[in-house]
Amino acid sequence: MSRDLSINVHHITRVEGHGNIVVDMKNGVLNKAQLDIVEPPRFFEAMMKGRSYHEAAIITSRICGICSLGHQIASLKATEAALGLEISEQTKKLRKILVHGATFQSNVLHALFLAAPDFLNVGSVFPLVETHKEVVLAALRLKRLANDIGDIISGRAVHPITLVPGGFTRIPTEDELFDLKMKLVEQGLPDVNFAADVLKSLAGEIPVFERETEYISAHSEDEYALYDGDIVTSDTGIHPVEEYLNITNEFIVPHSSSKHAKFSRSSYLVGALARFNNNHALLHPPAKKVATALGLEAPNYNPYMNTVAQMVEVVHCIVDSIDLIDQLLEDGLKKEKPNQQPTRYGRGIALTEVPRGILFHDYTYNRQGIIEKANCIIPTGQNLANIDNDMRKLVPEIIDEGKEAITKKLEMLVRAYDPCISCSVHMLDVEFIE
Amino acid sequence: MSKPKVAFFDFTSCEGCQLNKLNFENDLLDMLKLVDIVEFREAMDDTADEYDIAFIEGSISSPTCVERIHDIRRRTKILVALGQCAVSGGINAMKNDQPSDWVREEVYGDDKYLFPSLPAMPVRAVVKVDYEVRGCPMSAPEYLHVLKSLVLGRKPEIFDHAVCVECKLKENECVLDKGMFCLGPVTRAGCDALCPSFGQYCTGCRGPVSNINKNGTIEMLKAHGFSVTEAMKRMKLFNTNDMEKSISWGNR
Repeated sequence: MSRDLSINVHHITRVEGHGNIVVDMKNGVLNKAQLDIVEPPRFFEAMMKGRSYHEAAIITSRICGICSLGHQIASLKATEAALGLEISEQTKKLRKILVHGATFQSNVLHALFLAAPDFLNVGSVFPLVETHKEVVLAALRLKRLANDIGDIISGRAVHPITLVPGGFTRIPTEDELFDLKMKLVEQGLPDVNFAADVLKSLAGEIPVFERETEYISAHSEDEYALYDGDIVTSDTGIHPVEEYLNITNEFIVPHSSSKHAKFSRSSYLVGALARFNNNHALLHPPAKKVATALGLEAPNYNPYMNTVAQMVEVVHCIVDSIDLIDQLLEDGLKKEKPNQQPTRYGRGIALTEVPRGILFHDYTYNRQGIIEKANCIIPTGQNLANIDNDMRKLVPEIIDEGKEAITKKLEMLVRAYDPCISCSVHMLDVEFIE
Repeated sequence: MSKPKVAFFDFTSCEGCQLNKLNFENDLLDMLKLVDIVEFREAMDDTADEYDIAFIEGSISSPTCVERIHDIRRRTKILVALGQCAVSGGINAMKNDQPSDWVREEVYGDDKYLFPSLPAMPVRAVVKVDYEVRGCPMSAPEYLHVLKSLVLGRKPEIFDHAVCVECKLKENECVLDKGMFCLGPVTRAGCDALCPSFGQYCTGCRGPVSNINKNGTIEMLKAHGFSVTEAMKRMKLFNTNDMEKSISWGNR
């Protein structure tokens, strides 16, 4: 039984962006177990300065391709709060459908294309095309369907086009929405139930590990909060969005070009598992059913179960999109122009849930509608300290399993958080010198 | 004929172009019949020593990036820059406009030397690039065209006319005539005028055409109440390096 262990996974695969896993144990003493973030810094907030409110969402979208819709939503909401722009119920509903589309596209991509190969002991989804063709085809159809939502309502799924402060540059037609709804009903629901069954058959491959931590997400009284809400933490309850800086408390660590975050404890968790733990009661019944079938019960303290929570959310997003389209079609779509008449200039703070967790944008505008200060706090950055803490508890527990098995479990752990490293090193808290 | 070995690499970027390339789900399995994907870190564990075609996403913005891109160039026969970050530095290059010491100090304070950073450069500033697919995000049909051409051993066609041409072909109402700003007259086509077709203005994400009609552009912008300064500022959003060659790879 070895009490020495050295692991160095350079550029971990099947995650977005560049990170290394480093573990160092000597004579049974764990010196190091951490995720190094080695993505080059990108300095987004510095680039935002001097740009107009028309451009803010176009720029922040480019923080991350996978989360581009989420960044646009948070950005638009912050701009609208800062400039006092009211939006219509129709705009809100269309945005919520887009958030569902982006969430379920990303969750499907992660659960079925990036994480599933681990459960089947292969290195990527490509060998599964031969061995598990039906699953791969269902997963591809689900991903296509999620992208159809983006293409139809926002012009394209990566870096959407039609979302602007105050509304949309183009409203979809009723026929387009109706077709979309039919696809969600006839193809989306059967495919996601099939995918959930497959995941259920693989549930035994999900590592057994527990570490209770603080779970932070958005919260709403009316619905499973994704588009909007207050902040809720499992330790201290509900906080208004304006308190986000007191909750995120970012700090620099030498092994990560992305800043870490902590609130009541030395780390906290955001993302699908946090949302599920905090808001599971508001999931649509078909999603609750899938959660039960997959053995996910709140509160769940196993970070590997984040992948399962993501699949549960896919069901919820499809069902809720169908509901929202029904409401829009019943009311009739109005050819609204975006409301771009600012009623004030100042600071606006907004949150939205993106696939990887709670996202904050905070802008200050001058009287010309030009950005003076910008701050974005990204879910992956908020999860990094928690990943390190998980590793420090996990490594001693599995130390007898051999280096290869340990490495795989650590990689699976990092993947379970579905980290989005490009996002996390967009660079935070730039103070501008006037 | 054996299938060409294809690899994908990501540098400083949002990885949106990589994602876009996975977004034509209906053709994805057919494409796998034509090529062997031998390295693609975002999706698979495997790596390879040599490639026939390497697709590069993202700009070069740290000393490690420079080493990595040299290494890839040595291993590949053909190198394609994918998306505006790789082609021109893209949105990352906006930071080149500010003194890098100041930006880093503001972000990391006393720890500013922990994380090395260079001005964001296009791939072609460091190694030879054979083909380019422009846009933010890159256009998926254009990428498919380039991939298919290379698999067939042909030279892909590259567009060098303005977005306006494509926009007129789609019979869209002119964005400028609607009273909105637009970079369509000077931006390189190939996107099928997607943004104007969805009611948005052209943001210039594919960079300028190689021979801008300067006087005509100035006149037309003025006629619609917009200044050249405004146009330059907006064009820099995705093309800082192209608009100010002097700062592309200087030491600011």
